[in-house]
Amino acid sequence: MKVKVLSRNPDDYVRETKLDIQRVPRNYDPTLHPFEVSREYTRALNATKLERLFAKPFVTSLDGHRDGVNCMAKHTKTLSTLLSGSCDGEVKVWNLTKRECVRTLQAHEGFVRGMVVRFCGSSFFTVGDDKTIKQWKMEAPGYGEEEEPLNTILGKSVFTGLDHHQKDAVFATCGQQVDIWDEQRTSPIRSFTWGVDSFSAVRFNPVETELLASCASDRSVVLYDMRESTPLKKVIMTMRSNTLCWNPMEAYYFTCCNEDYNLYTYDMRFLDKPITVHMDHVSAALDVDYSPTGKEFVSASFDKTIRIFAKDGGHSREVYHTKRMQHVICIKWSLDNKYILSGSDEMNIRLWKANAAEKLGVMSPREREAANYNQTLKEKFQHHPQVRRVARHRHLPKSLYHQTKELRVMKEARRRKYVFLMHFSFEASALSLSEWPRRKGHGGVMATRAAGVTYAVPPAQWKVWLVGLCPLTWAQ
Amino acid sequence: MSTTETTDPAVLLPEGLWHKLHRKPAARYWKDPQEVARKDGNNVGKTGQQQAQKANKRRLVEDSEDEEQVLSGKSDPFPGPAPIPEDRLQKFKRKDKTKTSRSQHYKLKDIITRSEETSEMAQKQAARLDLVLPEDAGFLEGDEDEDTCTISQEDIADSVDITSATKHFSLKLSQFGPYRVDYSNTGRQLLLGGRRGHVACIDWQTKHLMCEINVMESVNDVKWLHSEAMYAVAQKKCLYIYDSKGIELHCIRKFNDVLRMQFLPFHFLLVTASATSFLQYLDVSVGKEVSATCTKTGRLDVMCQNPHNAIVHLGHSNGTVTLWSPNQKEALAKMLCHQGAVRSVAVDKTGMYMVTSGMDKKMKVYDIRSFKPLKSYFLPAGASCLSLSQRGLLSAATGDIVQVYRDVWSTPVTKPYMAHRVQKAVWGMHFCPFEDVLGVGHGDGFTSLLVPGAGEPNFDGLGANPYRSAKQRQEWEVKALLEKIQPDLITLDPTELGRVDHATFEMKHQDRVQALGFDPLAKQKFVPRYKKKGRSSAGNHEKRKRKVAHEDLREDIQKTAEANVTTERERKEKKEVLLSGKRSALDRFKK
Repeated sequence: MKVKVLSRNPDDYVRETKLDIQRVPRNYDPTLHPFEVSREYTRALNATKLERLFAKPFVTSLDGHRDGVNCMAKHTKTLSTLLSGSCDGEVKVWNLTKRECVRTLQAHEGFVRGMVVRFCGSSFFTVGDDKTIKQWKMEAPGYGEEEEPLNTILGKSVFTGLDHHQKDAVFATCGQQVDIWDEQRTSPIRSFTWGVDSFSAVRFNPVETELLASCASDRSVVLYDMRESTPLKKVIMTMRSNTLCWNPMEAYYFTCCNEDYNLYTYDMRFLDKPITVHMDHVSAALDVDYSPTGKEFVSASFDKTIRIFAKDGGHSREVYHTKRMQHVICIKWSLDNKYILSGSDEMNIRLWKANAAEKLGVMSPREREAANYNQTLKEKFQHHPQVRRVARHRHLPKSLYHQTKELRVMKEARRRKYVFLMHFSFEASALSLSEWPRRKGHGGVMATRAAGVTYAVPPAQWKVWLVGLCPLTWAQ
Repeated sequence: MSTTETTDPAVLLPEGLWHKLHRKPAARYWKDPQEVARKDGNNVGKTGQQQAQKANKRRLVEDSEDEEQVLSGKSDPFPGPAPIPEDRLQKFKRKDKTKTSRSQHYKLKDIITRSEETSEMAQKQAARLDLVLPEDAGFLEGDEDEDTCTISQEDIADSVDITSATKHFSLKLSQFGPYRVDYSNTGRQLLLGGRRGHVACIDWQTKHLMCEINVMESVNDVKWLHSEAMYAVAQKKCLYIYDSKGIELHCIRKFNDVLRMQFLPFHFLLVTASATSFLQYLDVSVGKEVSATCTKTGRLDVMCQNPHNAIVHLGHSNGTVTLWSPNQKEALAKMLCHQGAVRSVAVDKTGMYMVTSGMDKKMKVYDIRSFKPLKSYFLPAGASCLSLSQRGLLSAATGDIVQVYRDVWSTPVTKPYMAHRVQKAVWGMHFCPFEDVLGVGHGDGFTSLLVPGAGEPNFDGLGANPYRSAKQRQEWEVKALLEKIQPDLITLDPTELGRVDHATFEMKHQDRVQALGFDPLAKQKFVPRYKKKGRSSAGNHEKRKRKVAHEDLREDIQKTAEANVTTERERKEKKEVLLSGKRSALDRFKK
């Protein structure tokens, strides 16, 4: 007879002294771990709930301005420095780690309209309502020295925006026209106009550095090549765009924030319809900035909220608001992809976490492992209705909530009207449902080429829904 | 593809170097042909029809690495990663490869391949770890022409080590019997419930008595709850919960006349079956009744749970076995298993097999995934109690004899693996988890039997750990409570939650109707035409049309089928032409 009976030596399974950690022998046999999927699902649900529990995005508020914050600029070389300009012409330089203002200067009379740090980080430019462009040193003046700009250029008209070239000593301003300036000269080396309008923003392309885009008050977004004398392309939208931002990674995409509450991402090569329409704001979108990874962007709105969108997401993944924050004028995404800075009407600059539930500071290896595991679980079960409901839930102020609802009702009514038209109207029998623009082709109406200025007229059936769609009637 | 490139040495490499790389290695004693064959066999675990192009590429790279010579001229006799036996890989396999269709989005394809690579890696790693697990299962082998069932417990106890020998013992408790038995999840604690009110819990390995009480009432069943700190006792009137010191924690009057209990450890549910044919679920973490179902099948005194999917099986006096979940008021399935009443039911831990015994003296094995009978055995006296061990041993009690069978579902069994006679009729039986021990409660007390090969040799430290400290138990309890599975997730297939829920045609159609605002498939309503003359009224016309409507339909179906066949043929032809690579000059005129 041969026999063996299970007989374990407890010394192999119990720690030797109390100073040791406990022994945990593992056996991954699936039959010892039943209900894998259900347990993982429960964990994922718990992780999602905890994420919402720990979502405390607000980090700090920087106060010191004596009027609304009108523009901000990221330092190109240091992460901890931020520049901000206010409506009373004051410029402040902030140290974000210490959360304090390190320097204040009276740059302009009236608004500071635009601000940009030179690519080398040694100086910055401001434009203001007093028709001047000023270049300032980044270092504070020494003791006894007076705060004076390095250069001052007096322009003919008010400047409304400014951006600097990525590599060269060239910058662009906008106002009544888009001007390209050499830093060494006092007159623009090139001026672009296309009709008589004023421009609200101008941005250099971060990759194709000679290209730039601007938003004009005739509801258009215009593209330029610095090396040519005429503008390249133009897209006219139903309402005016306030600012735009290039995607830093896929720099043929740009996103512009529009007065019709939406943001539109365009492919610069195919302007006839936008790639994505980003909806969720309930008032005009005022500013937009991309994350350095190019995967997400943040937008500021007149409805007192900040929203974060995926670059190809039609709806926002996150909304930030506080009781005290008023209309958000300017927004920036920090260059380490971790923070968002917003400047608003009530004179404060706010620092937010880009990922609301992220833990700041050093994490122990076990903590990081657990966080990674939870993240994977959340992604795995993100489409389950319970998990999705918890993950999507956001608190909104009452007024915003009702406005959102109202907008949804209006949109649905327009869609219904379109469907009825399609079926019951004799003239509109040419309409088809595929023409109904859900996401794509919503706001972009027409692109025209600079070479032959032929405005393509929208197809006849578009007029029907365009009339219902936008507050303005279609102007030919 | 890359091999064809490297065969052209003149282009790529200077001649000397090429000769160096491709010269034959010096003859070594280990390079015998068998070795080479074995080396080729290494990839058996990996090959299969699912091997993607990527893997081929990787193998090419590996092979080329093999060819690279070490300075000394020796080559690695065991190149590449160590082989993993196929059966171990199978053990950790969760699902088959996902079929990728050509129309899938490239990003989705990428996600799928990535996740599959990860799970394959996990499967391989787990299989590798399985090879180095410290403990081996027990076994019992007789000498030549000696049946293992003739070996007595005393002989076994004599021939094993002292610690194991102490695991065979008997408690003579003739006063309050017969006894029901339950082992805790970790297998360290034993709970005894005597019919006449005696309840005792014992740390049976150290023989330390944790508590002993007499509830002064008849006891129908006893069950440990999620840990060894609490247990439930089904008494004459209602259900009681005691702690390990014997202090009464709860008296649950809502659960009356309970005859049998089961505890679902991952759901924290105590399931009770009562004499009034009620099946009740009690959530012990919050103390709420989850559901109460009247099964309308009379007295419920046969019950077991499926540990794989937490479905409760009930045996009835009319020979049926019914399957229940707390989410449905009706039975999920009813199986007619026996011609007489069902006496006992047991389900194995993989959730594949169910063993039943009935008054017709038969013992039957069923595949409960397909609800089909597999084997039927005749036991002369019929089995009153059945119990399955972690490694699939089946113990059946016929009167006062306990028999243990091996492999009841795979091979036809003629002889028991082991047999033992206890003093009086058996009343309760339970295999101890993670030990080679079978606890038998009978009219004369309790007997612990050694059954080699019954228990799972390697436990998981984060699950049920027999050696856990109090602190570890507390931590485990918190974690287990956090991931308590909600009762509404109990289904026949526990992996259903991880599957894609495809929309049915009706749902898609409904969505379409909602989006369009009208039903595109709706037929026009019949409106009779007003006609003055003739026999052929509009109604009759319509009737005649309806009579031949199916012929139209058939024609339509035929047409679409033909079209499908032709398109498929064209696609194949095109593919063949592409694959053969022969294109005639006239091909460009073809469509």
